[in-house]
Amino acid sequence: MDLFLQRVFDAITNGSTYALIAVAMVLIFKATTLINFAQGEQAILGAFAVLQLWYWGIPMWGAVIIGMLFSAVLAAGLERVFIRKFDPADHLPLVIITLGLFLVINAIAAIVWRFDPQSFPQLFPSGNAFTYNNVRLTWYSIFAFGSCVLVLVVFQTLLTKTKIGLAFRAVSSNLESSRLSGIKIGPTLQFGWALAAAAGTLGASIYAANPVLQIEPSMMLRALIFSVSAAALGGLDSLWGALIGGLTIGFVQSVVVQYIPFIPNEMSLSAAVVVLLIVLTLRPSGVLGTKAVERV
Amino acid sequence: MTTPLLRVERLEARYGPVRVLHGIALNVYEKEIVVVLGANGAGKTTVLRSISGMVETSGLIEIGGESIKKLNPSEIVRRGVAHVPQGRGTFPELTVEENLKVGAFIRNDKDINNDIETCYESYPVLYERKTQAAGSLSGGEQQMLAVSRALMSRPKLLLMDEPSLGLAPQIVEDLFARFVTMNQNQGTTMLIVEQNAQLALDIAGRAYVLESGEITLEGQAEELAKDDAIRRAYLGA
Repeated sequence: MDLFLQRVFDAITNGSTYALIAVAMVLIFKATTLINFAQGEQAILGAFAVLQLWYWGIPMWGAVIIGMLFSAVLAAGLERVFIRKFDPADHLPLVIITLGLFLVINAIAAIVWRFDPQSFPQLFPSGNAFTYNNVRLTWYSIFAFGSCVLVLVVFQTLLTKTKIGLAFRAVSSNLESSRLSGIKIGPTLQFGWALAAAAGTLGASIYAANPVLQIEPSMMLRALIFSVSAAALGGLDSLWGALIGGLTIGFVQSVVVQYIPFIPNEMSLSAAVVVLLIVLTLRPSGVLGTKAVERV
Repeated sequence: MTTPLLRVERLEARYGPVRVLHGIALNVYEKEIVVVLGANGAGKTTVLRSISGMVETSGLIEIGGESIKKLNPSEIVRRGVAHVPQGRGTFPELTVEENLKVGAFIRNDKDINNDIETCYESYPVLYERKTQAAGSLSGGEQQMLAVSRALMSRPKLLLMDEPSLGLAPQIVEDLFARFVTMNQNQGTTMLIVEQNAQLALDIAGRAYVLESGEITLEGQAEELAKDDAIRRAYLGA
């Protein structure tokens, strides 16, 4: 029982960080039905920027906020230079561009900060919030989960209560009518890219601040697979689905692998993908995704 | 004669190498309902899309005497042109009320909520469904919503692309009657492209006939309705 509970807590911890990257992808997917494969790398670059700012003596949370702004501005620039000139309805060139950005950003991070793992400063109080026999719920877990929920609430509010949020949802619903209503498509999508990148940087910073992990340029590769799975599992266009997807993947990774003896720990990555396959076979648009309905 | 609200001269439009419009000319004066008739593929939609800045064109397009040719769609909307595209001009995932708010996107004044109320008064069904997703409305209701969405920008000129498409005859009649009311009460100027010649000619003041990208006939709607060629081609007589 203790072990189970401990594993569930681990699942929440990992799941929340996957969800934070997943939510960034969902945001871009919602507007453009495009998966930004560079999302994880943009996030790790942001996290490195946070680390750098901290080295320069800026307090940790200040560094995170500046890092989020930095990656938002960078993403807005990337959108303007590499994405804007292509037809948003034609995905192939865009997917190739995001794959290219993935490689380039990864290489830049490696050149600047090297491949050696570095320890990332704590973001949250250390120690346990709760212990029971051998079960430990760390403050880190609680804050990671809380941050994820907070980001979702902020996004939800932004999308439903503000004019730019409304424009963003209009663009994702009907591109042509948005244009005809006077919405400027480019800047609206740019706003989405900036917002997504800020969330990604927060996610990567929280991920790297996990006391058991160290930051290095390729740390997001693994997390990216979990995050894409989380986003797909939740339904690629649902913000809260990203959280559910993230927690599910976290759960599979720690609980299922623990209890099913023939799945060794090394297989946790594939186990997550197998679960994704099963869920998508049963519910093709994910747990909370909008069912595709097309009138003919 | 006064300056037309919309003046189009020598309009040519192309999609890549294919030229769709071959130098057409048309005018719409304030408070008029003008209809452009044409069969499938005649270029009706392209006429409207050219005015809205959605396709590349050459020639002259003026609103109130000022050229809008160099402007992009979001600026043209701000010059007072609203466009209800063919089929579903709504945002299916957004609620009815949000659709109307998007329609008022270019406005910053305090009357937006009043205008939404006015719209609910004319279409009580939209009020009943204001929190429902627009995609859940029937075809006729969606068309009403699309028109209301366009009106929310307080346009000088309303462009409508086959509003009767895919709707039951009774619903089309109701919709067209509303266009007349709108035109008489608020003085809304409309340019409608249609295949449904009978109804369109009933409500229009003047009409143009578009064939293979060229205007072949124009005149008072009443007279065109009596024209033998029109009757054969569009009225099934």
